[in-house]
Amino acid sequence: MEAITGKALILACSAVGAGLAMIAGIGPGIGQGFAAGKGAEAVGKQPEAQGDIIKTMLLGAAVAETTGIYGLVVALILLFANPLVGML
Amino acid sequence: MNTEFGPKIIVEFSNGVFITETVINTWIIMAVLVVVSIILTRNMKLVPDGKQNVAEILVGVLTSLVGSSMGKDKLGFVPYMGTLMIFLVCANLWGLVGFRAPTADLNTTFALSILTFFMIHGNSIRRKGVGGWLKGTFFEPVAVMAPLNLISEVATPVSLAFRLFGNIVGGMIIMALVYNALGTILGGVLPIPIFELGIPAVLHAYFDVFAGVLQAFIFTMLTMVFVSMAMD
Repeated sequence: MEAITGKALILACSAVGAGLAMIAGIGPGIGQGFAAGKGAEAVGKQPEAQGDIIKTMLLGAAVAETTGIYGLVVALILLFANPLVGML
Repeated sequence: MNTEFGPKIIVEFSNGVFITETVINTWIIMAVLVVVSIILTRNMKLVPDGKQNVAEILVGVLTSLVGSSMGKDKLGFVPYMGTLMIFLVCANLWGLVGFRAPTADLNTTFALSILTFFMIHGNSIRRKGVGGWLKGTFFEPVAVMAPLNLISEVATPVSLAFRLFGNIVGGMIIMALVYNALGTILGGVLPIPIFELGIPAVLHAYFDVFAGVLQAFIFTMLTMVFVSMAMD
């Protein structure tokens, strides 16, 4: 059996790590869904304030998205600009 | 598959200084914006017509947006916030015309968010004085919170920059993957890119147009909210 080189091990583990990092996507999914649900509720109660509600909802959804984006950035770094291979 | 997702280096000088795609695209966008605004506001009349109407609508919309989210006393921020928004919309939509969006580079987004950072604290000091700034920023609600407040102040520009960068670069990579996948369906058989014709348009509408405009709006909106919060 061919021995696994250090570099191959690091690359394989980085790919797994990138996948694990994207579990962070669960949080923003729940958060944005909650924001959208509350937004729909608010529009149902006050249809005349729709513009303001949409603006506030998008702002909140974008802030909730931040943690997911951090996960995405970590995954992208692991996949495309891996700093660990250089340490070998 | 091309795994290089950093910006390409266009010119490299002998002393190691280099100019990337991002800088050149930014300069092209700046030139386009300057020329368009000169054309729109040339020989203005008291009763607007044609192109002057477009400029007036744009300025009116941005003024009312800044007025409603920062308060009527901070209308002096309209030029900066308006420029930021127009530049970011153009920069995010730049991917549609086949170039690399300048905001898909961490250097651009960090430069803009550091501007926001200095605007927050500069305007806070200008409005409340150094003592009021220290108290309002760090010692609220109690003095023990100072280290946590310091971290949250530093996290503001970082999260602003990463949010814009992550959204744009994520869309860019997904589009590159989709184009690669569509190219391989008929890759060996037919040299005509038949699948690349219509299917990516839907994804472009989401990743470039929707996410791009939304993120430009979010960045400007958060800048306005942070600056006006630091000032009152």
